This record gives sequence, structure tokens and C-alpha cells, in this order.
Amino acid sequence: MGRVEGKVAFITGAARGQGRSHAIRLAQEGADIIAVDLMEEIPGAPYAPATEAELAETVKAVEALDRRIVASKADVRDFDSIKKALDDGVAQLGRLDIVSANAGLSTQMAPAQELTEEIWQNMIATNLTGVWHTAKAAIPHLKAGGHGGSLILTSSEAGIKGFGNVAHYVSAKHGVVGLMRSLALELAPDFIRVNSIHPTQVDTDMIMNEGTYKLFAPDKEHPTVDDFRPASQSLNALPIPWVEAVDISNAVLFLASDESRYVTGVTLAVDAGAFLL
Amino acid sequence: MGRVEGKVAFITGAARGQGRSHAVRLAEEGADIIAVDFVDHIPNVTYRSATPEDLAETVRLVEALDRRIIATKVDVRDRAALGAAIDDGVAQLGKLDIVVANAGICIIAGWDQVTPEIWEQTISTNLTGYWNTAQLAAPHLIKNGGGSIIMTSSAAGIKGLPFLSPYVVSKHGVVGLMRAYATELAEYNIRVNTIHPTGVNTEMGSADGSKNFESLLAAHPQLGGMLVNMLPIQATEPLDQSNAVLFLASDESRFVTSLELTVDAGNTQF
Repeated sequence: MGRVEGKVAFITGAARGQGRSHAIRLAQEGADIIAVDLMEEIPGAPYAPATEAELAETVKAVEALDRRIVASKADVRDFDSIKKALDDGVAQLGRLDIVSANAGLSTQMAPAQELTEEIWQNMIATNLTGVWHTAKAAIPHLKAGGHGGSLILTSSEAGIKGFGNVAHYVSAKHGVVGLMRSLALELAPDFIRVNSIHPTQVDTDMIMNEGTYKLFAPDKEHPTVDDFRPASQSLNALPIPWVEAVDISNAVLFLASDESRYVTGVTLAVDAGAFLL
Repeated sequence: MGRVEGKVAFITGAARGQGRSHAVRLAEEGADIIAVDFVDHIPNVTYRSATPEDLAETVRLVEALDRRIIATKVDVRDRAALGAAIDDGVAQLGKLDIVVANAGICIIAGWDQVTPEIWEQTISTNLTGYWNTAQLAAPHLIKNGGGSIIMTSSAAGIKGLPFLSPYVVSKHGVVGLMRAYATELAEYNIRVNTIHPTGVNTEMGSADGSKNFESLLAAHPQLGGMLVNMLPIQATEPLDQSNAVLFLASDESRFVTSLELTVDAGNTQF
């Protein structure tokens, strides 16, 4: 008996990285998956966007576990797009129990006064408004189910701490905590729990690129992962440079399962103790 | 393959209630257990004290799961006895991976009813007892190459709750202890986290345990709302706390440290 056996989970940003890992981990424990991803160029992002082939890979991995998955292209910035994808998924899979609002991006890194209007707006639209859109589309399904539910919002270490040169990211991720707390209050009477997770650096494309390396090793023209490793480790209390996507998925799984049926309003940091430093 | 297969867990206050539930849940997932409990009369509490028979029942439940358990009568305030129980348990079971500092007492009394004895008794058990547990167990975790220390704080470790002032102080203190130990022990791959239960369906949370609340709340009705949970439930079950302990004990949380994990039905959210 899997830990989320028979449940259905909606995951945004599921083509790769943490989102794909969540899809696989939840499927391993018995859940069916509704997956969406944007798979379009992100202005100012120092890494390549996710692709149709990557989403197809997520589908293949979930189906290999004998679970069902409904995957489609959708944009969390566009409520109608998200609502349609989710409504279709629920129509096909029959219910909704778990929501992982995971889609997010990292873009240009610069002092706050140098960030462009476009970069700021796109960050807030995706990493904050996108989370609200995801919740807004999901809440009616969770309420209609009548068996409660679990909303897991991916914030960040940058949702509980400030960092230089990423004011837009920090602002969006702090906003997610406010959204989490308000939703937790509003949805508690229906046994819908709302929690946020706060990863430190995770070994995914969003972090492992020259843009991030440059932030940590500004003196090098073309810094590599080897320049990034010691700097990244210095942010964590535990002696590790970064965590793996599955570490975040294990926290998502705990919050998604009935093991945490009375856990709501928690800011669950999977941060190797970064907050201590 | 259990979620803590092959690990050894030390649990204080394991005769019944949350401590027993932790022992059983961790054993279900493959851990061996070192258990201690005071199992003697506790002055000033209004609920029944745990007995040697309670501790024997924990032993029976763990052994029924085909796991090993070493159980001893120990007062967490007695460093010599506590240290000996840990050392002896580790000698018999071979190592230590998980520490659950859980032994605690709760005495309900208004601020002007708290006697020096109640104050001292609560702080020495709920706070100094945790320090004793963590400090005496940590060398075994270091020797093991890492581990997980889980301290049971409370919703009263995050916000004030009325008519429990020594308890509130001790449970806030536990958060400080957790943060300090998380910081210093990180270099040894030892994680330190707290759980924060709201009311739990145990002897401590029983009608006997909370009988002094009624008159105090009647006299100060404006404070009653502080005890309400956001999710529409009266109390959690010990198993709900144990599932959080299990997550923090297992390698699933291998990079989670210094976390205040509320299992409080949202009690601390408003």
C-alpha cells in the first residue's frame, strides 16, 4: 500500500527538475498525476526552457510505475490555461487530492534598481501569481471532493531570508508564504491543508547554470560548477553544497500523505540548515 | 524495507502516550529501540503517572514487531542514570542513529499559583532533561557518522498559552536548544529538529490532565480562543506526532535541520 495510494496530484512545472521528481515520487507511492509545464523560452533566463521531450519523459517515467498521468502544456501566468488543464485532468482521473505548485523560474540577477520592468513583472507573474492561479483553479475541485486535500506551495530559502541581486525572486517567494498562510486559514474548515516548502540550492537546471555560478563567483569570466560548489556549501550548515530533487520530493510526499493530516501552515525548510547561518 | 530499517532510536518518556507511539512506529519501520521512562509518581500533576507495567507494554509491542528493545527506568533529570542507560543501550544494540527527547510533564496553574517546586520540576524535566538527553547522546551520533535528534516541543513552544507558564517557558527553551545544537552539530551530519504538537489524545491531554483549565478559562474567557485549532478537530492522536517523528528520523529528511515542525492542526497560525 503506497503512502498516497489512490490519490490524484496536480503538479505544475512537471517536465523536469523538482516537478518531475515529485511526479515520480508520488506515483511510486500510488498517486495518479496531472502534469503541466510551460515549455517556452523564458525572457532573461540563463538556462534553456523545458521541452516537450522532457515532459514526455515525465509521462514515460510515471507510466512505467503503472500509474496514470495526464500531461499538457499550460502557463501558470494565464489562469484560463491552468484551469482548463486541471479541469481536463480531473475529468479524466476522477478526483483531486494533492496540489504541488512548483512551476517557477529564475531570471536575470542584478541589484534591485537594475532589474528591468519586464523581468520583475514576469517573475511575480510566474513565481507568485502563478501559485495563486494554481490554488484558485484547484480549490473548487478539492472542496467538491469533500475529503480534504493538501496544497504544497514551493517557496524557497529565499522565501524566509533575503539574498542580494535577486530581489524579484525573494519578493515572489516571500509572497508565497503569505499566500500559504492565508489559504491555510481559509481552507482549514474543509480539511484542506496548505504548507510551503523551502529548498536550499537543488541540483536542477534552474540552479546549475552559468548565471547562478556567476552570482557566486563574480570575478570569473566563465565560472564552472567547481567554482560554485564551495560557495554554495558555505550557505548550508550541513556540510553539503546542494540537495537533490528527491529530497524535496520526500518532503512533498510527507505533506501530501495522510501522515501529515493535521499539519497545516508549516514553512517546511529542506535547507541543510541554511537558515541558521 | 522499512523507512528506518537497521537504525537504533533512543526515546525518553517511552512508557506510554507519544513516547510509546514513537517506539512502535519506528519499530514498525525497522528500528530497534532504547527506551527510558520515569515510571514513578510525579508530584503535582493531575493525570495518572506512568507505571512499570506501562513500560513493559511498550516492550511487548516493540518485540511483537520482531524488533529489539532495551527499556530502563530512568529520570531524565538524573544525568548519571540517563548516561548509563544510553551507553548500555548502545552497547547492546551496537550504535545510535535517532534520539527522541520526549519525556515531559505539564502542570496547569495560573501565574500566581505556580510554586517554586512546580517551576523547578517543570524546567528541570522538560528543558534540562532535554539538554541532558541531547548532550549525553550526541557523542554516540558523532561516532555513528551522523544522526537525527528530534525534540518534542509544543504549540506552547511557539506561542504563549495560558495557565501553563513553566511549561510554555520550557517548551520555548527547547526551541533555543534545538537551534543551538543544530548549529553546532551540523558539521557532524547530525540534524536537530523540533515537533510542535497541539493537544494530543494521551493521559497528559486527558480530562484529568486538563481539569484545572476549566475554572481558569471560566475566569478568563478572553483567552479560551488560544486553545482552538484551525482545522476543525479537538486533538490529534499520538500516531500523528509519530509520523512526523518518523519523517524527521528517516533519511527522507536527510537535509532537514533546525525545523520547527508544527503538528498542531494550525493552532499556532492564529
